[in-house]
Amino acid sequence: MQRKGTVIDVKRARIAYPYIFVWMPLFIVAPMIFVLYYALFRDGQFTLDFVKQVFSDTTYVPALWNSVWIALVTTVVCLLAGYPVAYILSHMKTRTAALVSMLFILPMWMNMLLRTLAWKILLYDDGIIINVLSWFGINSGQLLYTPGAVLIATIYDFLPFMILPIYTTLMKIDSSHIEAAHDLGANGAQTFMKVVLPQSVPGIISGITMVFVPAMSTFAVSTMLGGKKVLLLGQVIEEKFLANKSFGVGSTLSLVLIVLVILSMVIMRSVDRENGREGGTLW
Amino acid sequence: MKKLGKFIKGAYLGIIVLFMYMPILVMIVMSFTESRSAASWNGFSLGAYSALFADGDVMDALLTTLLVAVVASVLATIIGTLTAIGLYSMKKRPRAVVESITQLPMVNPDLVTGIAMMLLFAFIGIKQDFGVIRMIIAHITFNIPYVIFSVMPKLRQSSDALYEAALDLGCSPLTALTKVVIPDIMPGIISGLLLAFTLSIDDFAISLFTGGTSTNLSMLIYSKTAKGGVHTKFCALSALMFVVVGILLLIVNLRSISQEKQAAEQNKKVMRRV
Repeated sequence: MQRKGTVIDVKRARIAYPYIFVWMPLFIVAPMIFVLYYALFRDGQFTLDFVKQVFSDTTYVPALWNSVWIALVTTVVCLLAGYPVAYILSHMKTRTAALVSMLFILPMWMNMLLRTLAWKILLYDDGIIINVLSWFGINSGQLLYTPGAVLIATIYDFLPFMILPIYTTLMKIDSSHIEAAHDLGANGAQTFMKVVLPQSVPGIISGITMVFVPAMSTFAVSTMLGGKKVLLLGQVIEEKFLANKSFGVGSTLSLVLIVLVILSMVIMRSVDRENGREGGTLW
Repeated sequence: MKKLGKFIKGAYLGIIVLFMYMPILVMIVMSFTESRSAASWNGFSLGAYSALFADGDVMDALLTTLLVAVVASVLATIIGTLTAIGLYSMKKRPRAVVESITQLPMVNPDLVTGIAMMLLFAFIGIKQDFGVIRMIIAHITFNIPYVIFSVMPKLRQSSDALYEAALDLGCSPLTALTKVVIPDIMPGIISGLLLAFTLSIDDFAISLFTGGTSTNLSMLIYSKTAKGGVHTKFCALSALMFVVVGILLLIVNLRSISQEKQAAEQNKKVMRRV
């Protein structure tokens, strides 16, 4: 970190104290300790009962797998579909690119539940998609309340979060690197594989994190579009806390979610460190 | 060959844009149907809009959403800005510790932040009936990190010499802060505020677990449409929100373009003087 001659000013630092000594411990640290406590203690006694219960139950384990595979497929599809968009955008004139990227930012600002609701209308039994498919002679059967419905809405919700960070890093690539590659005789594909793609890895990584983490904990999408057929970890946690008030199992499931998030972040960071460049950001 | 490439690129972009906008378009079209269920189209009507505004639950939820968003984003901006300034003057080690704890609400899934807050409120005894207060506290907490990390880069860009010059010229530290430092980092504060406000308006998971007896818009949409059919008033709501968001985004963008122009003018003036 280069901090150009900043004076460490103890007096000025004091205005951060109300946050550091009151707000942060009370509203960030304490709540997390409560989650840990409810997951690992019962009546003040340490117990692994909840953990055992979670990993031996016949609804929790499949819900966990559902969440992981839906998040994985969403991330892969968003990356494969989103990277070309970011690439095309980065090759447009600055003004046009700014305008077109607005098109991708706009839906991000819409309420996520309303965006999900739109898919419910599209996928209805007598809805547009089924009708269009039947014009082409395709009998799709029921679409709503299937894993496919959940998947398409999750991809829809998170696609912009993949496109934008990749676009930001692609914009930062020095065009002289690309020219140099061409001058040295590399063709288009070689330039892309050896120059552009490696330099866009930080953007890919922030895109993956921004899609995978929220996709894994999503639950509104599957309640609205999955019916009872696709149960996700988030739905089970919601049920435990709001309907059953069984905080022990609920906290343990949340702990599993936190561990998965930390795990994915550690993997992403190690890839990023190998790459050794500054990460692309969304904001 | 080059033309073909251009066509493929354009077509691909078109398909993705269509994918992004088809659901929004369908919502807008369905907001004008005569039928009150969004399943089918049968004739033009503005009935969905009058049903929306006549619905007391929707209006209550809208009020709650706006109240929570305004109070939480303003308070988060004040706390976040002061904290960022303080943190900036701290030693590296404690600063790094505070920053990484502060990141927790950004990194954690919303759901986890929500249930963690719910457990805390249950423990310290802020009852379900105080839903709005619970929501405001939770929203401030997840907004603060976004404010801090919007303000921090501006602090890094600003010159410490100005602050010191103000002190040397006899300003009290407080005046130097309000007259020199804060105007200098204003763009960061404003973008933090806007970000906090939009995150708060959009929030679902954290509000669901902390809201208690109060309901915001996201919670209402969820409880009314999760199962069964969709009333067209929610299409009307979508259409209106889409228009509002579009206009807001346009204003923000035009503002940033005019700011760039201003900055360019300023640079020209400075260059001339030099």
